[in-house]
Amino acid sequence: MKRKDILGIKDLTRAEINEILSTADVMRDMIDRGEKSNALRGKSVATLFCESSVRTRISFETAAKNLGASVSDLPLAMPSVQNGESLIDAGMTLDALKTDVIVLRHSVAGSCKLLAENVNASVINAGDGLNEHPSQALSDGLTARRHFGNVDGKRVVIVGDVKHSRVARSDAILFGMLGAKVTVCAPYSMLPCGIDGFGCDVETDFDKAILGADIIVPLRVGRKSMDGAYFSAQEYDEYYGVTQKRLELCSDDCIVMHFGSLNRGSEIRGDVSGDRSSMISEQVTNGVAVRMAMLDLLVNGDNKL
Amino acid sequence: MILLKHATVVNKDGMQQTDVLIDEGVIKLLAPNIEYPNAEVIDCDGKLVFPGFIDMHCHLSNHDRTREEGIESGGLAALAGGFTTVCCMPNTVPPIDNPALVGYVRAKSASIGNADVFPIGCVTLGQKGEELCEYGKMKQAGAIAVSDDGVPVARGAVMLNALKYAKTFNIPLLSHSEDESISAGGVVNDGDNATACGLRGIPRTAESAAVARNVLLAEEAGARIHICHVSTAESVDIIRAAKARGVRVTCETCPQYFAATDDEILSYNTNAKTNPPLREESDVEAIVEGIKDGTIDVIATDHAPHGYDEKNVEFDYASFGTVGLETAFSLAYTYLVLTDTIKPSDLCRLMSYEPSRILGLTDRGRIEQGARADIVIIDPDAEYSVDASEFKSKGKNSLFDGWRLNGKITQVIVKGELKQL
Repeated sequence: MKRKDILGIKDLTRAEINEILSTADVMRDMIDRGEKSNALRGKSVATLFCESSVRTRISFETAAKNLGASVSDLPLAMPSVQNGESLIDAGMTLDALKTDVIVLRHSVAGSCKLLAENVNASVINAGDGLNEHPSQALSDGLTARRHFGNVDGKRVVIVGDVKHSRVARSDAILFGMLGAKVTVCAPYSMLPCGIDGFGCDVETDFDKAILGADIIVPLRVGRKSMDGAYFSAQEYDEYYGVTQKRLELCSDDCIVMHFGSLNRGSEIRGDVSGDRSSMISEQVTNGVAVRMAMLDLLVNGDNKL
Repeated sequence: MILLKHATVVNKDGMQQTDVLIDEGVIKLLAPNIEYPNAEVIDCDGKLVFPGFIDMHCHLSNHDRTREEGIESGGLAALAGGFTTVCCMPNTVPPIDNPALVGYVRAKSASIGNADVFPIGCVTLGQKGEELCEYGKMKQAGAIAVSDDGVPVARGAVMLNALKYAKTFNIPLLSHSEDESISAGGVVNDGDNATACGLRGIPRTAESAAVARNVLLAEEAGARIHICHVSTAESVDIIRAAKARGVRVTCETCPQYFAATDDEILSYNTNAKTNPPLREESDVEAIVEGIKDGTIDVIATDHAPHGYDEKNVEFDYASFGTVGLETAFSLAYTYLVLTDTIKPSDLCRLMSYEPSRILGLTDRGRIEQGARADIVIIDPDAEYSVDASEFKSKGKNSLFDGWRLNGKITQVIVKGELKQL
């Protein structure tokens, strides 16, 4: 792969996605064997999380360390206007520290692009606003690929607050590129306009959407939607919760993905999250493998392990 | 004394070939073949001669330390764009909500003496949307209008009272119609492009629902109202219908709403972050139709200068607005006249005559004997690329930087005085 940054799934070609996933497969096997590598020895990776996310940060940190890189974390919560420090200033500082890769999480869409345009270091988007979360989507893609062998033709249902989810956007694009048939499902109040432009079907009836589904991706739903309007968690569970009963409507080897921090009882039931169909633990390990692949391919370009 | 030879004079009703003699700040004579030995002659062969443009809506301030653009640089930018009169909005720190500050802006403009700058007063004290300002005293001190620009009056009852009070003093109310409970948190037009970039959307109803409310309130009050920066197709429809039933409503749009769409945000260009936001192709078509059929009365700029650091940040943190004074005419000429949508005389109506009529500036907005000699001379054949770094304005935040445009301002005369551009 020859690129400076990974800012989103929509910027990647299908070939690049396959290259990342194939590399991640190798990394995953390495993790399972309990091995580490020196592919990033002498390189430095900085995690710059302007919005807190312990899971994603630890995953990137673990990935970088597995490859022998040195890792520094800049806990820059709420930068920019509030305390007068700008994102670009922080980036220039990291450049001066000879950082090879900056992993940025930010609450504002487009921030990774802004940083990437202003630094020499490679930038990996670890989630920007409602835009994208490519490493999460690639982790979901890897999990699905390892489970099914091939995602082509599989039916994916992304359910929940699609409007306020960057994972929904990245997943929809990624699974679409891998040849899956993607449906997003939510009440209209949680659907952004033009989401069908991502090449997916839109369905508000979960029981209909879930029929014969192979992959379910329940999105995290906060108690208060981000538009400030309250809704009933009980009613949400009733109509959009992933329950054992609903899983019976899916295909036999259906899997349930979730990117951690469960709202037990709301978007997913305890019995489902512990079920064999649940991929939650698998996703965490695959998340590290995918992030190892992203770091390695960005830093070492064509030099494979 | 200035003599314009071989001029193609553009007024709201049409064009005429004539010479124009200017003396003592006014237009003395319009006639063919004037000879006047002592006059400074400007050969206007092949040029269009418009009455100086009047911008009803811009942002300049000397008393606000958070703003870069003062009356001096803003006035120069205005002249460079052919605007001989500009009106500055009161949403400054502190806001222009009292006669003293109104008087200060007016005096400052007189002492600097490039474009004629009129202050606009606030609708409510401190822009809090509660107590009405002193419209009578502010008008006496030089306020040309009142406006809630930037901080719309939320409560309908307050707006109704403000409209009635403004009617008492015959001072125009320029309404920034926005329901902030609908637009809250949004940074771009709510549409496919917002979804594609993951930026929070501002639904079109944030504007159009407020336009509907405010037009109905003006109708109820029997007052006139001017709607600022119209950007949606629905707003145009609402205003068109209101005009048809006799409501005293006028409105403006800005070049960014007929020359650009929200495709500009796809690259996260913060200069494309404006309020109201850039809309979609269908809105642009409706705005153009509104300009064509007279529903839209005025082209204003909403010139909003911002420093480099206010724009070169994350999209959500960037300030709203684009500069516009130095590109407005060329954009209108390129996108409206050269496309045969409107005639040059219509452009005169939109940029000179109607603003003068709405604001009660009856001494300008036309080229006729006895009118104030505010004149802009244009080379219609000139084609150029916008280079924001060369702007007179201190704000280089132009959405139109690098755009290829037609029609260039060559000379500007303010009150009979030829200005250096």
